[in-house]
Amino acid sequence: MTQPAATTIDRWSGGTCPFDAGWRKVMMWWFIITDGLLFAGFLGAYGYARILALRWPDQSTVFSLPYIAAMTFVLITSSATMASAVEAAKEGKRRLALRFIVLTAIGGAVFLGMQAYEWWHLIEEGARLNTNPWGDASFSAYFFLLTGFHGSHVLTGVSILITTAIRTAKGWSTADGVEMAGLYWHFVDLVWVFIFTLFYLL
Amino acid sequence: MTNGFVRRYIFSTDHKIIGIQYILTGLIMAIVGAWLAVLIRLQLGWPEHQWVFLSRLLPKGMPSGVMTPEFYLAVVTMHGTIMVFFFISYVLVSGFGNYLVPLQVGARDMAFPFLNMLSYWIALLSAVVMVLSFFVEGGAAAAGWTAYPPLSAVASAVPGSQMGQTLWILSMALFIASFTMSGLNIVATVFSTRAPGLSMMRLPLTVWSFFIASILGLLAFPPLTAGAVMLLFDRHFGTSFFLPSGLVVAGKLLPNTGGSPLLWQHLFWFLGHPEVYVLILPALGIAFDILPAFTRKPVFGYRISVWCLVAVGCLSMIVWGHHMFVSGMSPFTGEYFSLVTLTITVPMTIFGVNMLASLWGAKLELRTPMLFALSVIAMFGSGGFGGLFLGNATADMQLHDTYFVVGHFHMMIGGVTLLATFAAIYFWFPKMFGRTMNETLGRLHFWFTFGPFFVIFFMQHFLGLQGAPRRYYAFTAFDYLRDTRGQNLAISIAALLLVSGQLLFLVNFVWSLFGGLAAKANPWQATTLEWTTASPPPHGNFETQPVVERWAYEYGVQTTDGDFAVQTVPARNVPVTA
Repeated sequence: MTQPAATTIDRWSGGTCPFDAGWRKVMMWWFIITDGLLFAGFLGAYGYARILALRWPDQSTVFSLPYIAAMTFVLITSSATMASAVEAAKEGKRRLALRFIVLTAIGGAVFLGMQAYEWWHLIEEGARLNTNPWGDASFSAYFFLLTGFHGSHVLTGVSILITTAIRTAKGWSTADGVEMAGLYWHFVDLVWVFIFTLFYLL
Repeated sequence: MTNGFVRRYIFSTDHKIIGIQYILTGLIMAIVGAWLAVLIRLQLGWPEHQWVFLSRLLPKGMPSGVMTPEFYLAVVTMHGTIMVFFFISYVLVSGFGNYLVPLQVGARDMAFPFLNMLSYWIALLSAVVMVLSFFVEGGAAAAGWTAYPPLSAVASAVPGSQMGQTLWILSMALFIASFTMSGLNIVATVFSTRAPGLSMMRLPLTVWSFFIASILGLLAFPPLTAGAVMLLFDRHFGTSFFLPSGLVVAGKLLPNTGGSPLLWQHLFWFLGHPEVYVLILPALGIAFDILPAFTRKPVFGYRISVWCLVAVGCLSMIVWGHHMFVSGMSPFTGEYFSLVTLTITVPMTIFGVNMLASLWGAKLELRTPMLFALSVIAMFGSGGFGGLFLGNATADMQLHDTYFVVGHFHMMIGGVTLLATFAAIYFWFPKMFGRTMNETLGRLHFWFTFGPFFVIFFMQHFLGLQGAPRRYYAFTAFDYLRDTRGQNLAISIAALLLVSGQLLFLVNFVWSLFGGLAAKANPWQATTLEWTTASPPPHGNFETQPVVERWAYEYGVQTTDGDFAVQTVPARNVPVTA
């Protein structure tokens, strides 16, 4: 016996979630939207300040762009391993999923380490929240604000990944749970793409 | 937990208990806010009078019984903050949102009950932090509920900008965290847990309004969070996000360079404008739904009203600049913001006319909830007219920061929401507590609320037209405002009348809680799902999963129950009209 496919009207007429997803995933998506708008607020403020700025430094002289590109590469790669973890979890391959989750967490940790080194290096050269040797004070203020907030999100992501890894190792996690950790992780990576483009390159 | 009482009534994950906790917390905060309003009106009505008993109560703020200007600023700031965020948001949006949404969509609880409990406890903490800020060095925040820098960013600018402003920001951060959790819950609940047959276009408008308000909150609050973090950095870590170069405060040149106070205004009003719709949409939705229970006929234009709410929600995200017409914005930008602002009047007017048309040809039963719901229409219409003037950049240049603005927004996000809150409390009290509120006291309370409220804020429009600026602690120093002395006195007397009228409500509320007549499951003969279950509803809400067969406004039909059909009455028994 074959069930007739649910139409859009069926999906929206109650008794079920219209997106073929549980409430957890609906909530995660909305959380990502609101968290995304938090970064939109920071980036919007940065754009506003950038337009007002009198002496915005040339980023290529301040940052080592190959180093930042390497950081970006590590983070994007971790998104790929995360996608593989979600796929493996869906297929029920628990050990494979665990391996990919751990790889993703390592990618995140490496990114954080590289960012910490970058901060240390810039602070050595005299960058502070309220001043820097290269140009407008708001340059370093927004640098620390944007990368700091993003870094704290990566840290949260790594903690979520470690939790998911433990749960997967113990056999407690579900494919949905891994996917939700993945949603958050991809979001954090996407935010970095915006920061990388708008703050480092533009 | 071993203690049954604690588990059931304090750390409960039941949305009904959490809703009631929000409502009670909000009402207590309303008493604080009203008390601050009394202080404001005593000052403005009798500017140099020495209130000896108050000097004993508030030795720092009112030495020798006359308020200091700094204390007045703190009082105004806290009155606004508490009323907007801790009274209306808690009672109407979080309180009734929590209580009504799962019941009206036929769910057993919110999508994520534990998160819901967490959101309440964070909300309570946020309220406590806000109230405690009165008692720190320098007193409570004094930069207005809008917290404009540099006033809010420089500790030496005003005493309230010391510890008080920091606590204000922390309290708002907690509030936003809590509101985000509660908003996520409401959105997920409406999407995922509707009863079978309850399509989006069969939802009561109340649920629609909470749904849209929650989405607006989720979209609008994060940029304010960003702004609040930056303000905190400016205050404590020496950054200059909002502080321009060459700023001199208290005779000293500040070292800051390169920031812009206007940036804060953009971030704040990007939240601030949608926020007023977060408050007013549930008020309108609730009034819209209460009307048909007392006209005994279907509402007019349900579908178009839903789309009006959606349209207003979308428009509200792109109009924030109309709060900043005098900030030196380009006339072309001003023209854009005027245009989109005035566009909002179209869906809002359609909505208002739909409410009026819902009354057409009906025999009105003027019970207390109905009186309040009707007054929502009156207040909404009258207050809305002021918006037409303020939305116009040209007129706003003159009216900006005068009492015209104060009168307008008090009618809209003060009056409409306050009256709808009371309508909701009188209407759903029997469902919440299984008891009925006293009708005579209720009607008396209505006249003592609507009458003085309308008088106060109608008169303030005229004060504004005469050029009286808001947030000034006395008008005695200006020749052109000498004549407004009598008006301010009249407003103050009306305000005292309004506040004393609320005692009737408190008495009625407490007395009915313990001694009110037992309520039936459906005392108003209304049609939505919450009336199909016992009063108060059991844990889990419904004994069996309700199945919805029709829309929420099936009045004026013949059934065994009377002239209405609840949403679960099968289509084979009573024909479905929508």
